Amino acid sequence: MASQTEGAGAQRRDAPGLDGPLLHQLVAHLHEQRGDLREEWARRITDAQLLRAMTPQEIFSEVTAVYDNYVTALETGSVETLQAYARDLSERIIPRGVETHEVLGIVLLLRDVLARSLFEHYQSDFQLLNRILDAYEPAANRIAVTVGVSFVEERERVIREQQEAIRELSTPVLQVRERLLILPIIGVLDSQRARQLTEQLLGAIQDNRAKVVVIDITGVAAIDLTVANHLVQTVEAARLMGASAIITGLSSKIAQTLVDLGVDLGMMRTVGDLQGGLEEAERVLGVRSSLGESGSQPG
Amino acid sequence: MAVAILRQGDYLIASIRSDLTDGQLLALRDDLSERVGAQRIRGVIVDVRALDVIDSFMARSLSSIAQTARLRGAEMVIVGIQPDVAIAMVQFDLNLELLRATLDLDEALGLLDQLVTHG
Repeated sequence: MASQTEGAGAQRRDAPGLDGPLLHQLVAHLHEQRGDLREEWARRITDAQLLRAMTPQEIFSEVTAVYDNYVTALETGSVETLQAYARDLSERIIPRGVETHEVLGIVLLLRDVLARSLFEHYQSDFQLLNRILDAYEPAANRIAVTVGVSFVEERERVIREQQEAIRELSTPVLQVRERLLILPIIGVLDSQRARQLTEQLLGAIQDNRAKVVVIDITGVAAIDLTVANHLVQTVEAARLMGASAIITGLSSKIAQTLVDLGVDLGMMRTVGDLQGGLEEAERVLGVRSSLGESGSQPG
Repeated sequence: MAVAILRQGDYLIASIRSDLTDGQLLALRDDLSERVGAQRIRGVIVDVRALDVIDSFMARSLSSIAQTARLRGAEMVIVGIQPDVAIAMVQFDLNLELLRATLDLDEALGLLDQLVTHG
């Protein structure tokens, strides 16, 4: 069969033409068995406990749409419609927590269901079955790959969008009183955001002539070595600008992580919560202006 | 003249006007160290406001100026490190703990007063 020795692109165009009558026969069979095969597929999806986020009715209506698109893709050799449908479907089901393995699982189930049905239908003529499978398998595999890739791409697109949204959330640097700034950090801290934060903070220190900065990380769930080092560098850079930094709201998990990672915390002044941090900051500012003890003396 | 050194009471104020060569930097260090002893200086202020770049050699030299000054009986404060410069400096992986820094000259004079009286 020429279609098997050629590249995927050629196969896509040529497969229906080369095996025209056979493929026609195959598609006719799938049309004929549409009702049974859809039910069989939906049943096996439920048995395999896939798509548990969706109701049986929803599963059945998606099954019908995918089945029809699938058969059309087999018939025409063009996966564009199916691809568009898969993207659209992914967009709908990703927010509901459907995982990649589930999507791959159901597409492979459909492939198996259809193959079984072909075995059954052509069991009397082994030669014919072989030729039918020659036509069916490459197309079915390509469809499975298309749907899987569409889902993953859609998912990556969603993730990218969310990352950008988070990054765009501006991190405000707030002035509480003269010479005292607060920098509340919320969400995921990655290297890029940490660098951006540092720049904003240092700019604000210069603009507001800040003496003390309280960095509150109550809203940060986790931290890794790179980010921890960024944080240490931020504190150090603030010091070089003449401001001392107080870190507040270290969760016990983050504190544990910092200790486990062996991050040098010598330069970091930490206080349990934001309230304590502000009190400490006022104390530093107050002591400085009234008594003249240096608060920027290193640890 | 790349560096202007002024005397203000017990303090010396070294204002770096433009990028220094390594040689000039070493000369500055020796000059400051010499004057600290000779003129009974208690505090040194190094103003780097005009610098867009502080490389690792310069950062190390500033740190060693601070150390030398302390051994000769004076505290040193750096003034006017720009945000970009601060970010670059903390990435050199140098120990800058000895460097005291303030935002401007007023702050530096205040800090030196505190250090010299109480420190």
